[in-house]
Amino acid sequence: MKIHEYQAKEIFGKFGLPIPKGEVVTSPEEARNLAVRYEKPVMVKAQVHVGGRGKAGGIKYCKDPDDAFFAAQEVLGMDIKGLIVKKILVTEAIDIKHEAYVGIILDRASKKNVFMVSPAGGIDIEQVAAETPEKIMKFAVDPLLGLHQFEALKLARFVYPDIKIARKAASILKKLYNAFIHSDASLAEINPLILDGENNLIALDAKINLDDNGLFKHPDLENYRDLDAEDPAEMEAKRNDLSFVKLDGNIGCCVNGAGLAMATMDLVKYFGGRPANFLDIGGSSSPEKVIAALRIILDDPNVGVILFNIFGGITRCDDVANGIVAAVEKLKPRVPIVVRLTGTNEEKGKEILQSLDFPATNSMDEVVKMAIKEVSPVA
Amino acid sequence: MAIFVDKNTRVIVQGITGRDGSFHTQQMLNYGTKVVGGVTPGKGGTDIFGVPIYDTMEEAVKATKANTAMILVPPPFAVDAIYEAAESGVSLIICITEGVPAGDMVGVYNYLKMKGIRLIGPNCPGIISPGLSKVGILPAHIFKKGPIGVVSRSGTLTYEVVYNLSNKGLGQSTTIGIGGDPIIGTNFIDCLEAFEKDPATEGIVLIGEIGGSDEEDAAKFIKQNVTKPVVGFIAGQTAPPGKRMGHAGAIISGSSGLAADKIKALNAIGIPVAEIPSQIADLMATKLAEYQKKKAKKKITKKPVAKKIARKKTVKKTAPKKAAPKAIKKAASPKKVVKKTAKKKAGKKR
Repeated sequence: MKIHEYQAKEIFGKFGLPIPKGEVVTSPEEARNLAVRYEKPVMVKAQVHVGGRGKAGGIKYCKDPDDAFFAAQEVLGMDIKGLIVKKILVTEAIDIKHEAYVGIILDRASKKNVFMVSPAGGIDIEQVAAETPEKIMKFAVDPLLGLHQFEALKLARFVYPDIKIARKAASILKKLYNAFIHSDASLAEINPLILDGENNLIALDAKINLDDNGLFKHPDLENYRDLDAEDPAEMEAKRNDLSFVKLDGNIGCCVNGAGLAMATMDLVKYFGGRPANFLDIGGSSSPEKVIAALRIILDDPNVGVILFNIFGGITRCDDVANGIVAAVEKLKPRVPIVVRLTGTNEEKGKEILQSLDFPATNSMDEVVKMAIKEVSPVA
Repeated sequence: MAIFVDKNTRVIVQGITGRDGSFHTQQMLNYGTKVVGGVTPGKGGTDIFGVPIYDTMEEAVKATKANTAMILVPPPFAVDAIYEAAESGVSLIICITEGVPAGDMVGVYNYLKMKGIRLIGPNCPGIISPGLSKVGILPAHIFKKGPIGVVSRSGTLTYEVVYNLSNKGLGQSTTIGIGGDPIIGTNFIDCLEAFEKDPATEGIVLIGEIGGSDEEDAAKFIKQNVTKPVVGFIAGQTAPPGKRMGHAGAIISGSSGLAADKIKALNAIGIPVAEIPSQIADLMATKLAEYQKKKAKKKITKKPVAKKIARKKTVKKTAPKKAAPKAIKKAASPKKVVKKTAKKKAGKKR
């Protein structure tokens, strides 16, 4: 789950990381009031789940309260890479003497949490990695031992040769590690970590990605989910324990199992069609789930046909067939349905479907071709 | 022979009294798997389908001499269940549970590695060595005993592929679902290494998907270490970037984890990657026939070399030439039918 900068900073704050004073607001008036209260120049920062906000004009320096008002007016409602800005973070502006990058990710390849630090901060770290890899130091933390002080200091000295500053930075790295571990994050980064005029280190920006599988441990973090930023159909699917991703085609897909669902989309494309979605109805396919799945697919006006691809393993074909019958009765779909049923209780499933007179097959290739035919203009 | 599970596998099911736990225990017993015990804290002393239940793994393993644990407990308890299994003395842990936090798995992975215990999963369908043992939730009836090793990050897609393989007469030595999570205990390389060593395996099907770089790493490993034929398939070619496609690990992040890169990596070392699942069995049949032919030839050519007289050039040249053709025919003949039909079908598609 992606969270906003202001939310990441809240987490940072809880773990003792130095963050600039700031609040999130939704109107220009509030932005002006904050600037008045802070009695100094402020930054107005768009809160959207996308990188490159600065380049897109979503981050503005404001020298006085009026400036903050107009900046907020401009940024609120702005479209940044397809996302509309609904919230802005107003923070005190800070003198920047030096910008560094520090971050930690859960690394799939090494199966460890890996720190990355660089004295070249403020820009995209992937760009630094590509152009000047020598400016990056990486370190994989032993998960059984945690991050030792001397290891944190070694990383810190790579960024700050001055030992006094390095010691402060080492403490920040340890706090960042704690924030990362205790929120079940897959990424936590500060870019830039800045050094101000008085040699204080401050996390000017903050980014945290949370592992969805870890959220059950952190009900407070679940509240960070931005429902405006999520696709409503995907949220509806989640509520029904389905896995759904919307695509831009016209063939609605309903499949059991994620791998098979991906392979089905690929097969639709392979035979010249366009999948409308990824949908995994999961293992135990109760009629309720099938109904919910069908409703979500039908909500997409582009869908011209619905394709069921069911490989009955643990899922029983007759269960799914009963679900399809119930769903069709309840929803009276406006589009044709083609079905592939194979595996456990396949015959029973087909018998149940006979009442509906749907074209059915036991081949995955065939059902995809049938679906494509349904949405192809008649020659 | 097979890999990881066989006739000697003795299983304890953690979470045996749950809905899934009891259902799959029964399925495994029906298949002939030696399910020797179960664990559900608070239900020790009772039994289910005649299988004794214990309160803890320690008691269960002591009483049953089990060597394998299968975990079917809800996600909040799965990590603890893995550690409990690890401390109980089993050498193999199979975690079916989906939804285990990846951060916890970082600790689990490194701990088990240190202890030398194999973990399969989490978020996996388990493992089956047809005719010997099944530990997991895979539908047994689609599997047939044979020479193909199957390793996959998926569940139902694996069944689809196995179903096709079995229908084409290509049985399996072992099929293993390694799981769809970003951090899993056993990866492609572990399985490839085991299949390469396993005398019962003659060909390997590798089913990957978007996310991570395990398929690329597998390609590197195959190039250096695997002599048996490998056929691949990668799911998710049409998946949009940044979206989790069901599996926690199936996500394209930035420019990494793309299906195209994985296919390229496999093709680069000469591994055919099926465009669609239904091609996998035909590709495997062709590759397997080539491999068996080569192997038969090798066996023959080796003989005279083994004799010390073979040092002389004349003997070396003439002896294998005479012996080889006969032997090839013999070795290849049982597979002839498979090879022929495979070629025919491949031809049709073109």
